[in-house]
Amino acid sequence: MGAGHRHALYVHEHSPVHRIAPEAKVLALFLFVVAVAITPREAIWAFAIYAVIEIVVMRVSRVPVQFVVSRLVAVLPFVIFALFLPLVGQGKDADFLGIAISTEGVWAMWNILAKAVLGGVASILLAATTETPDILKGFSRLKVPGVITAIASFMIRYLEVIAGELARMRIAMTARGYDPRWLWQSRPIAASAGTLFIRSYERGERIYEAMLSRGYTGDMPMLGGDTATRRQWTVAMTIPAIALVVALTALVTV
Amino acid sequence: MNAFLVVKDLRYSYPDGREALTGINLEIGEGERVAILGPNGAGKTTLAHHLTGIRRAEVGTIEVDGIELEDSSLAAIRRKVGLVFQNPDDQLFMPTVEQDVGFGPANIGVKADELPALVASSLGMVGASGLERRVPHHLSGGERRRIALATVLAMSPEILVLDEPTSGLDPGGRRELIEVLRGLQISQVVITHDLPFALELCPRSVIMDNGQVVADGPTSTILSDPDLLRRHRLEMPYKVS
Repeated sequence: MGAGHRHALYVHEHSPVHRIAPEAKVLALFLFVVAVAITPREAIWAFAIYAVIEIVVMRVSRVPVQFVVSRLVAVLPFVIFALFLPLVGQGKDADFLGIAISTEGVWAMWNILAKAVLGGVASILLAATTETPDILKGFSRLKVPGVITAIASFMIRYLEVIAGELARMRIAMTARGYDPRWLWQSRPIAASAGTLFIRSYERGERIYEAMLSRGYTGDMPMLGGDTATRRQWTVAMTIPAIALVVALTALVTV
Repeated sequence: MNAFLVVKDLRYSYPDGREALTGINLEIGEGERVAILGPNGAGKTTLAHHLTGIRRAEVGTIEVDGIELEDSSLAAIRRKVGLVFQNPDDQLFMPTVEQDVGFGPANIGVKADELPALVASSLGMVGASGLERRVPHHLSGGERRRIALATVLAMSPEILVLDEPTSGLDPGGRRELIEVLRGLQISQVVITHDLPFALELCPRSVIMDNGQVVADGPTSTILSDPDLLRRHRLEMPYKVS
C-alpha cells in the first residue's frame, strides 16, 4: 500500500491463492485445522502429507519461506512448553544423552509441536494472502454473528489509534522528566492506563454518535466485493478434503 | 429566501447541570452558507449535535425542510442533515475507505451492487478518487478530512454541518477543502475559528457565546468590527502586506 506502508501479515502478490474469495479460504483453513487436530499423533505419515500440502500452497501463493518462518514466533510459547514434556512426563522409561525421559512425554511433545506448527503455518498463509478487511467479510459471509465481526473490525480500526494515543502520553511524561526505574515509580503508568481507558470509552461514544448520524440502526450493513464462485469453492475445498481423508484414514488405521 | 433550517429557542444543559445552550434562535436559508463563530465552550459543537438529533434539547424546536425533529422523524432528519465531525478518527470507523463511505448509504437501503459507483462518485466529489481500498489510519490528515466529508456526501444530505473542518490542516489541505465546499450546491453550516476561511466561504456569519446567538450578519461586516470580535475572544489574523 502507498506511503511506504508495510503490512505485518499480508504479502502483496497476485497469485491464484490471493484471488480466491475470503469465505472459501477461511472455511478451508478451519476444516484443515480440524483435520490436523483430530489426526492421531502416531500417524507421522499423515503429518508429512499436511506439511507437503502447506508447502504446495506456499509455493503457489508466492509467500516467501522466511516470511512464514519469521511469523511462526507466534507459536513459540507452545513449542517451549512442549519441549519440557519429555522431562516431566509420567514414567521415565527411556534415556536421551544420559537424561531420563518419558516416551509418553516425547509423544506429547511431538503432538503439540506438529499440530502447533501446521496450524500456525496454515493461519499465516491465510493472513498472507487475504487482507484483514476481507477476512472479516469472509467471516460475515460464513454467517458469523454480526456483533463479533463488528467488534473485530473496530479493534483493527482503532488499535493503532489507541496505540498512538498511548505513545503520545508516554512522550508527554518523558518530556516532563518522568523516567521510571523502580516499581514505586510506576504510579503514573497506572494512572495513564486509566486515562487511556476513559479516553477510549469517550471515543467509543463519539464513534457511536457518528454511526447514528449516518443512519445506523443496529445492523452493520453487508458491503460488496466478489463472493466465491463455484470454481473457487471447489479449488479451496480440495485442500481440507484431502486433509480430512488423510485424517480419517489415520484414525482407522492407528 | 426560504428558511430551510429553523432553530427556535433551543435550550440544553449537560448532564452535570452546566448550561450549554441558553435559547438559540437561528434560521438558515436553502443553499445558504453560514459560518458559526465563537469562543471555545460557546456551545457550537453542542448545537451541531442537536441538528442531527444526537443530543435532544429539553426546550425548543428544530425544523429541517418543514419537518420538526422528534423521535418519529429522526431517521428522515438524519438523511437531510449531514454532520462532519471535528475529528475524522471518530467519523471513519470502518476497516477500509470504501466500506466507510458505503456505510451510510447501505444503512438507508442502497443496494450492494449500486454501492461501488456511489462510493466512487462521492470520493470523486472530494478529490479522493482511487483511495477506496486504503485503510483510514494510513491516510494523511487532509485525505482523512476529505474522506470524512465524502462519507456524509454519499448520503446526499440537503444541508451540511461541518465542525471545525480546517483544524489541523496544512494550508494546502485547507485550500483543497475550500474548493470542495465551494463546489457543493447545498446549504452549509460551518463551525470554525478560522476567520479568513469563514470570510472566503460564507457570505453570512453568526457569533455564538454562552449558548446564545450574539451577532448575525454579513461576514464582512462582522469581521470588520474589532470590538465585537474582541468581546467574544475572536481576532482576525495579523495582516501581512
